[in-house]
Amino acid sequence: MTTEATLDRSLLSTEYRTLTYVTGPLVFVENVHDVAYNEMVAVIMPDGNERSGQVLEVAGSTAVIQVFEGTQGIDVDVTRVRFLEEVAKIDVAPELLGRILNGTGRPIDGGAPIIPEQRLDITGSPINPYRRAQPADFIETGISAIDGLNTLVRGQKLPIFSGSGLPANELAAQIIRQARVKSGEEFAIVFGAMGITHREAAYFMQQFETTGALERVVFFLNLADDPTVERLLTPKCALTVAEYLAFEKDLQVLVILSDMTNYCEALREVSTAREEVPGRRGYPGYMYTDLSTIYERAGRIKGQKGSVTQLPILTMPDDDITHPIPDLTGYITEGQIVLSRHLHRRGVFPPIDVLPCLSRLMNLGIGDQKTRDDHRAVANQLYAAYAQGRDLRRLVAIVGEEALSDTDRRYLHFADEFERRIIGQGDAGRSIEETLAIGWELMSALPINELKRVRDFIDKYHPTASAGKQAESGDL
Amino acid sequence: MIVGTLSKITGPVVVADGMTGTKMYDVVRVGEAGLMGEVIRLEGALATIQVYEDTSGLKIGEPVESTAGPLMLELGPGLLSSIYDGIQRPLPVIADDSGSDFIARGTVASALDRKRLWEFTPVAEVGQSVEGGDVLGTTPEGATVLHRVMVPPNVKGVIAKVAAAGSYTVDEVVAVLEDGTEIKMSQQWPVRYGRPYKRKLDPDTPFMTGMRILDTFFPVALGGNAIIPGGFGTGKTVTQQSLAKWADVDIIVYVGCGERGNEMTEVLAEFPELEDPRTGEKLMDRTVLVANTSNMPVAAREASIYTGVTLAEYYRDMGYNVAMMADSTSRWGEALREVSGRLEEMPGEEGYPAYLATRLASFYERSGRVEALGDEPRVGSVTMVGAVSPPGGDMSEPMTQNSLRVTGAFWALDTSLAHRRHFPAISWTKSYTLYLGQVQSWFEAEVADDWRQVRERAMFILQKETELQEIVQLVGPDALPETEKIILEVARMIREDFLQQFAFDAIDAYCPPQKAYWILRTILAFNDGATQALSRGVSLRQVLQLPLRDEIATLKTTAHDEALERMPQLVHEIGEQISGIEVL
Repeated sequence: MTTEATLDRSLLSTEYRTLTYVTGPLVFVENVHDVAYNEMVAVIMPDGNERSGQVLEVAGSTAVIQVFEGTQGIDVDVTRVRFLEEVAKIDVAPELLGRILNGTGRPIDGGAPIIPEQRLDITGSPINPYRRAQPADFIETGISAIDGLNTLVRGQKLPIFSGSGLPANELAAQIIRQARVKSGEEFAIVFGAMGITHREAAYFMQQFETTGALERVVFFLNLADDPTVERLLTPKCALTVAEYLAFEKDLQVLVILSDMTNYCEALREVSTAREEVPGRRGYPGYMYTDLSTIYERAGRIKGQKGSVTQLPILTMPDDDITHPIPDLTGYITEGQIVLSRHLHRRGVFPPIDVLPCLSRLMNLGIGDQKTRDDHRAVANQLYAAYAQGRDLRRLVAIVGEEALSDTDRRYLHFADEFERRIIGQGDAGRSIEETLAIGWELMSALPINELKRVRDFIDKYHPTASAGKQAESGDL
Repeated sequence: MIVGTLSKITGPVVVADGMTGTKMYDVVRVGEAGLMGEVIRLEGALATIQVYEDTSGLKIGEPVESTAGPLMLELGPGLLSSIYDGIQRPLPVIADDSGSDFIARGTVASALDRKRLWEFTPVAEVGQSVEGGDVLGTTPEGATVLHRVMVPPNVKGVIAKVAAAGSYTVDEVVAVLEDGTEIKMSQQWPVRYGRPYKRKLDPDTPFMTGMRILDTFFPVALGGNAIIPGGFGTGKTVTQQSLAKWADVDIIVYVGCGERGNEMTEVLAEFPELEDPRTGEKLMDRTVLVANTSNMPVAAREASIYTGVTLAEYYRDMGYNVAMMADSTSRWGEALREVSGRLEEMPGEEGYPAYLATRLASFYERSGRVEALGDEPRVGSVTMVGAVSPPGGDMSEPMTQNSLRVTGAFWALDTSLAHRRHFPAISWTKSYTLYLGQVQSWFEAEVADDWRQVRERAMFILQKETELQEIVQLVGPDALPETEKIILEVARMIREDFLQQFAFDAIDAYCPPQKAYWILRTILAFNDGATQALSRGVSLRQVLQLPLRDEIATLKTTAHDEALERMPQLVHEIGEQISGIEVL
């Protein structure tokens, strides 16, 4: 890809001054020839500045174009449109690591221009399911609620469901800081920021700098005051770079996308402007398909060393997990990490509400050799006991603690300790062994015959097994 | 040959001009790249086409060529152990041909291996008068399935020539009729039409799944259909996969419709390794996979469901019991909605097209137990299990409600059960089955005379528990009399020791109906003993201390034979031990 080629193309391509209709982010151009669906266009403003856009629909000689930087200042008289004769593409090179790019992949850090090694279509193609390799490598995030109970594995897509004002970014930063795999390889990080505030962006930059991670980060930055529609390209650009680094350069790539809610809002904005039939809450009916073309770009491929692991962050509007954005996301991703306002208010960090959390690929990454043989059983037991403790809290609110049996009181206490010690670990990282050890310690406060799910491991790991039995018989 | 030109492109839907003469649902090749599509609306010379591949880069004026036929499947030996996309392109072949890990556009791949030779043993003879469904010969497909090469439906005549025993490819003619009609090893069938049969039979044999809650509480008959609705994370896919692994049928068709790529990989990695509990061979030998993950084109997703059911019907016609899993039908509904939206059709409820109910009904009605075509009497069945993914877990949405009207069993997954890791998270209060009366006699004959009573009693205890829990929520457990506390305790045993089943445990993953019955019997024996003991003044605490209770909890993970041998005795011992407790 040389400058010459670019020049050639711009000389050849025709400019149209046939704009007829401008609405929202859309521009209609008449009398066009030879226009391709999804083709990129340059919109030349009356003042000579250029904006970029993409063909959303062609019917006969009319093309509908969405303008990424917004339609402010566009008129139907002087503004010209040039078709670039290619679908949206991005220049990729290994030198992207350590760079900051805008939402469409152009460097904005003032550094040297990127000499592209390849120019890739940002839409990507679906991975042939037959060629996918099953994710199997445990990623130690150092966070007990994730490692112990909702294990992340390489090649997984595990979103963080947050609410406004909840520390999802802090959690993401902590994961970036601590994430390791057993083989010890470091992650390359591709960060796709969509509509986040300057403050949030600065927080991440500072995190990357202080931990020295900066030179292995590709930062795509679309800030809250950047054009909304540009956001539609950001995750696709980010994932194209991630796939390139993973499958061409053999790197382990961790992709953070924040905030997917802003992406979906942009999707709705364009859909509304096109006067499409709305689905739930005004979001377009194809949002599931659209989101899946983002989230499904994670995984491993047979015979390839690299992998793409996704950690998208989204804000649940009004903390509502049934809102279309978290709902459709949950149907595509392999689980979810849900943050709770309740825990956050009580000062628990990270405020992960483990009950609605899930990691679908957990079983592939845990067990003997990978983490520890009792991992699954401990996770199940902790879950069951915590769920029971939480139920009892509701009951206690009505009948008071005195009305509970001794066993129930222990469960109640267990739930409190669980939140304080397993979940509320603060900033520090923990190894999986430490997490499991704390788990056993908490379980040992319960009567031993209640520990049905870890029965096979009691002799091996229970800290006070014999004492526990005595206490139990003493009780009765 | 009809060739038109592209005149409009919006996402997966395009319009072509100059298409006069094409028929609805004819397959067309779109653009220079030859993308596959299907005509879904005709208006004068304009044909609206849903394209099975990504349409980026298509231009106005590119040619659109009609193939003058509907979307056909190729049916013949070699289907089993294949993995197809939504329009029957084999994914391994696509990968090998393109040399890419990604699915390129415009790929053409033949559904069946054209070169592979099949050992054909003729059954029919020259001079014999045959019609659709008659078996011409057989060929072993995999280690366990005998593939019957049949006269295609709608073909009739007298055999002039039959191929001798030997090896043939799927393209070779194995019989010629007197009128010159050639019949090959493989045949074609349009996916959107159900394959014909002689008559439908009443379902009377249960579809055994090996899952205690399903087999005992909510059984489905062979040839029936069930839906599994549940919010995300409630275990739809794990349940579907368990069914595929353990269901007592001859052939499995598993359709991954708009779901996760990694999940399909799990199936692909696991099934070839898994031993078929029925035959000892590999499970994959009797499985066909249709994988159209969520990021694959939406129109092919719409077709994938029909591809699956047509494959299932083909094996049904050979006289096999086939189970078809569709995960998830909601993604199919959404594909319909998306295409309907692009067509600017008037939307029905929640943006779904008004014809959603009709489409669903005609799809589920393709299940059934039938007497197949052909003079030799053969009975086959297609049992369908469709996962439904209601948005926000709200079951009042159109997909769930419309599916409920046409299916016979409702296996509702419950988010709160999933949250407390009670798996399978199938709700015993919301689920139901309409097949109970039809399969009851089978259970009475094969399992136990009082099977129905035992089931009803267990259900009653669980129902009672739900009511008591409401009281407990208000006044606390201490307010209950001991006779009711024991109900809570027994219900807990049913939940933990019977209903919970660990899909990843070697033994617990599959539970034969006899064992399920006896576990319930054992728990009920404890219930009876305890109730009696309480009435003679024994305290609840004494009863609960009984060491045999722990043994009940281990039954589900005890080897089946051992457990079956032990349980009748255990029932007896429980009775004795409880009656032996002295009143303090």
